[in-house]
Amino acid sequence: MSKVEQPQEDYNEPDEHGHFGQYGGIFVGETLMPALEELNQKYAALKSDPDFWAEFDYDLKHYVGRPSPLYYAERMSEILGGARVYLKREDLNHTGAHKVNNTIGQALLAKAMGKTRIIAETGAGQHGVASATVAARLGLECHVYMGTEDIRRQSANVYRMKMLGANVVGVDSGSCTLKDAMNEALRDWATNVDNTYYIIGTVAGPHPYPMLVRDFQSVIGREAREQCLEMTGRLPDTLVACVGGGSNAIGLFYPFIQDQSVAMVGVEAGGFGLDTGKHAAPLCTGQPGVLHGNRTYLMNDENGQILDTHSISAGLDYPGVGPEHSLLKDLKRATYTSVTDAEALEAFKFLTSKEGIIPALESSHALAWVMQEAPKLSEDHIIVVNLSGRGDKDMHTVAEIEGITV
Amino acid sequence: MSRIAQCFKQLHVEGRKALIPFLTAGDPNLETTLELMHALVANGADIIELGFPFTDPTSDGPVIQRAVERALANNTSLKNVLATVTRFRQENNDTPVVLMGYLNPVECMGYQEFVNACIEVGVDGVLIVDMPPEESHDLKSIVDQTALDMIFLVAPITSDERAKQICAQISGYVYYVSLKGVTGAGNLDIESVKSNLARFRSSTDLPIGVGFGISDPQTAAQIAAIADAVVVGSALINKIAELDANTPYDRNTLQVHIALIREMRESMDELLLSDELQEQ
Repeated sequence: MSKVEQPQEDYNEPDEHGHFGQYGGIFVGETLMPALEELNQKYAALKSDPDFWAEFDYDLKHYVGRPSPLYYAERMSEILGGARVYLKREDLNHTGAHKVNNTIGQALLAKAMGKTRIIAETGAGQHGVASATVAARLGLECHVYMGTEDIRRQSANVYRMKMLGANVVGVDSGSCTLKDAMNEALRDWATNVDNTYYIIGTVAGPHPYPMLVRDFQSVIGREAREQCLEMTGRLPDTLVACVGGGSNAIGLFYPFIQDQSVAMVGVEAGGFGLDTGKHAAPLCTGQPGVLHGNRTYLMNDENGQILDTHSISAGLDYPGVGPEHSLLKDLKRATYTSVTDAEALEAFKFLTSKEGIIPALESSHALAWVMQEAPKLSEDHIIVVNLSGRGDKDMHTVAEIEGITV
Repeated sequence: MSRIAQCFKQLHVEGRKALIPFLTAGDPNLETTLELMHALVANGADIIELGFPFTDPTSDGPVIQRAVERALANNTSLKNVLATVTRFRQENNDTPVVLMGYLNPVECMGYQEFVNACIEVGVDGVLIVDMPPEESHDLKSIVDQTALDMIFLVAPITSDERAKQICAQISGYVYYVSLKGVTGAGNLDIESVKSNLARFRSSTDLPIGVGFGISDPQTAAQIAAIADAVVVGSALINKIAELDANTPYDRNTLQVHIALIREMRESMDELLLSDELQEQ
């Protein structure tokens, strides 16, 4: 486990232009610049408004069901025979994943800005469902862009979104996954910028999105910190989360950034293995570049063309990553690694059969890392894993791999 | 004086407006792109905007997206687009060429190498769609040491104050995105273009080109009456989409496929001619 090499007391990112060190920023066509400026100003005003946060907290408590439990996975810990493993149960949130923390917050922003139309991109469908949910609650029109490959492998979530009144728009350009859905959502926003609020689902995109999504998701880490202190009398030693765009990871990590004793591990999608090229692990294998409005680590070829990605989990199947993760990697404040599809699938089955909790395939990547590392650590070592979502949506995918028709 | 400035000066003397076709380089392949460039000049193009492809063109509509996919399918890269400009310059030393595209291929090449290559092959201007002036400092400081022009976009929702700041960063010409949305959309409103151009004229003395949504000779003429340049992309690329990647074309056989440019040229010039007659 890497030690923290630099003091982080002065960590205060991003700067006023949305830069996390050399990462982040605003890289979009001129049509979206004034809209981002408007959003930035509105959020800056609301950020210091206690009433805004009171409403956010109220919704999280009464609508989402927060705080989510921190669960000591005793049997898992015993079987692994090393570190004590605690699960932050974001899977128990309304709609079944951490995504709703962010959509609640951004829906309040959309309402405050007087927007009547919501758009969102989605990979696994969790963010799409969470967006459709808040739109239904506020009576707003909602359009969710989703790659046709993801529509195929996440059909249950597609139906949920439709039931919630959202229009699911299939995107069949490029690799037909999350990246292409985001392209299409950006095009829609440029066209309908007057009445439309774009709820980005992760800590990527142009400033201020990486910052505001982080702020909304930080409730995960704030709760986990308090709960861990209460349950164990001290801070955890290691935080673990899966990283696609990286919103559940930043949500867990951010409130601990200044706690230098706490190590942070982000687990990317290793797909068929990093050496096969068929994966979605930009922090492990990529280099800095510009995509979807921000500078960050990317998977691209020698000519700067974005590469097709592969992951068993639609929610991690993305060639970029939130810019704050890029900075945390460079600062060595967080460590980024990967596990393969097969390892994630094994962890999926392990947690299901040993703890009676069916995790999302995304979250199973974080669990797979724990299965590898926990046995090497002593029982004094406390690991907090973000169980970012539940796996009901993945029954189809897992059954298909097992050769079973559901 | 840069080729772009020289071009606009000459047009001004002649009382004509610039016609600027946009091509996605490598669609259907770079050999045909080179012949298309010569054919466009022969049929009335004053400046050529040459798009270098990027996998994720978020400011473009479906027509240019598909052109980019065709270009990438035959491995078109920023490097071989630059090489195509070298070949164009072997026969044409007058027509300005503006490279247009997204930032990541440029980041990947490196700013200094990119600018050096542009100068070396005879590119006159660069327009990076997803790089607003706020993020362009590093690239611009390199460009500013050369004769290369750097063009930025202004849009209908760009405020007066912001337009002033953007125009102060521009050399060559101002590119006005005439509508909210992506390239190839069909909701161009001439009156709104007119009032916005009047607004931006107070921010700059540079020529202003109008693009996005200009698809027929009549609209081109209407825009030419109020702007300094007409940019046409998707409508032309719709014609180029008919070309076959495996058929060799030369500039003569391509004439029929770019008739739209000739018609736009005629329509733009006729309108100006009739204005002159009325004034007399």
